[in-house]
Amino acid sequence: MGKEMALTKSRGKSKLAQNITYIKQHWQLYIFFLGPALFLTILFRYVPMGGVLIAFQKYNPFKGILGSQWVGFKYFKQFLSSPDFLQYLANTLKLSIFGLLWGFPVPIILAFLLNRVGSSKLKQKIQLVLYMPNFISVIVLCGMVRILLSVTGPLNMMMGSSINYLTIPAAFRPIYIISGIWQGAGWASIMYTAALSNASQELKEAAQIDGANIFQQIKAVEWPAIKDMVVIQFILQAGNIMSIGFEKAYALQSDMNLSSSEIIATYVYKKGLLNGDYSYSTAVGLFNTVINVILLVLVNKVVEKMNDGQGL
Amino acid sequence: MERVLVKKKSSFSKYGLGDKCFLIFGYTLLTAFVLAIILPMIYIVVASFMDPITLQNKGIVFDFSKWTLTAYERVMTNSQIWVGFKNAVIYSVVFSVVSVFITLLCAYPMSRDDFVGKKLFNTIFIITMFFGGGLIPTYLLISNIGLLDSMWAVILPGAFNVWNMIIARTYYKGIPSELREAADVDGANELVFFFRILLPVCTPLIAVLILWQFVGMWNSYFDAMIYLNSSSKQPLQLVLRSILIQNEPDPGMIADMQSTAQRAQLAELLKYATIIISSLPLIVMYPFFQKYFDSGIMVGSVKG
Repeated sequence: MGKEMALTKSRGKSKLAQNITYIKQHWQLYIFFLGPALFLTILFRYVPMGGVLIAFQKYNPFKGILGSQWVGFKYFKQFLSSPDFLQYLANTLKLSIFGLLWGFPVPIILAFLLNRVGSSKLKQKIQLVLYMPNFISVIVLCGMVRILLSVTGPLNMMMGSSINYLTIPAAFRPIYIISGIWQGAGWASIMYTAALSNASQELKEAAQIDGANIFQQIKAVEWPAIKDMVVIQFILQAGNIMSIGFEKAYALQSDMNLSSSEIIATYVYKKGLLNGDYSYSTAVGLFNTVINVILLVLVNKVVEKMNDGQGL
Repeated sequence: MERVLVKKKSSFSKYGLGDKCFLIFGYTLLTAFVLAIILPMIYIVVASFMDPITLQNKGIVFDFSKWTLTAYERVMTNSQIWVGFKNAVIYSVVFSVVSVFITLLCAYPMSRDDFVGKKLFNTIFIITMFFGGGLIPTYLLISNIGLLDSMWAVILPGAFNVWNMIIARTYYKGIPSELREAADVDGANELVFFFRILLPVCTPLIAVLILWQFVGMWNSYFDAMIYLNSSSKQPLQLVLRSILIQNEPDPGMIADMQSTAQRAQLAELLKYATIIISSLPLIVMYPFFQKYFDSGIMVGSVKG
């Protein structure tokens, strides 16, 4: 035991010397290759992390972080005790959780269906269509939604009604989720499709010769080929439920549907940048981030258990 | 023709009854999905040629005397749209080039087994995927370093993408080590090796990363909305936002109309043409990149 420690110690010393020589010899790797990325990361990611301190201050832009008065958890308490808090949190969670539950299976189903299209030319054409909405911007997507659902729009014309869907709080989530699937499901199916077409052809043929029906083939050959990918994708997306994007929710908001469309991200923007409540909205944002980190860790733990101790 | 049909039929008839039902159900579902994607697009395209009053009262009518190109003329002659296009092209090109370059550079040492400090740097990068300062601290930083209302405020903060770095690193690792040994690299000519030997064999990776970053920047609006105030610096998406979401097109586009109702109708019609004109470039270009999608996605799906 003692001998071993002595060995590692002497190795450690020479390792340090080795490392220094290595760095001297390969300085280009540190300056030219790593340098720009490291600089941007520290400036634009780590400096703002220090900036979250203003959540605990009555921040005054003229005095800066060093000169502003400390107020502890005042703003967190203010947010957590406000009646809006539960609503915005619920809106955020419902939007992303329902979005995940409804949206997650669609690309997988699409991939299985595509995999059954015999002719590769037809398959390619279908894929071309399926991927297309991914290249439409959020603004254009929301513009299309507004047009299609407007009072004089085609949906109302077909139904013979005149409902302004964007002013109905209950309609916001379905609109958001369905348009999300419309735009993203095809694109998200690419990786599953690629994995399925790479699934062992021999296994597939063997299964067919054995007289396996399609359902059995999916169970025995195709599903195992994408299972890991599905699990990883689910974790990644489940871990992100608190970081649901600002852009689309904001573009689909109207004054009338705020009771279901105001999520934490849009609230932070309005409070912070439109009203200038820097400290308060930083506190709200920090609260959001902390929950997000906890979620990521939890989700990773769950997967470790499911996946024989292998997490991300 | 008949032969083909017979052939198809026979290949279909090899399936059992359960499988047939399964396939029919599956194909129907797939067709439904494809239609659900295409129909709204077709509607927008057709409606963009309609005369606003007819469209509002009757919907789409295939009476071509009622069709018009007014909306397109008005959108195409509007200077705000073109300023938006120009800015969007500049931001997207600069962003994708800068971003992919920095990411490819960084991934190289991170892909080497002998790189001292790899673990430390890796941790530094990975943490930023989980935790960040958030909107206000980032905004204050941008404002403090004098980047407000500068295009670099939109480009630099997201220029290094950790996820893409991991993808590039994985890709480098898949390149045969003989290539490296043949180049006989020592400390002095890392740069030569990187530019002359490594990058040329990474074309699919580079194509995919450039495409992702370009499309991402082209379609985003949030950063431009908060950091850029001058209307001369607005990218296309912000111009679109005022037309499509806020219902406030550039006054010059509809000013000549007499009544408020006419102006509102025209503003509505402009939306269709705006959608088509602004989406066309990417929609037309993307099929040319399709061959890179699969390779790129496979690279991306490998665990980092």
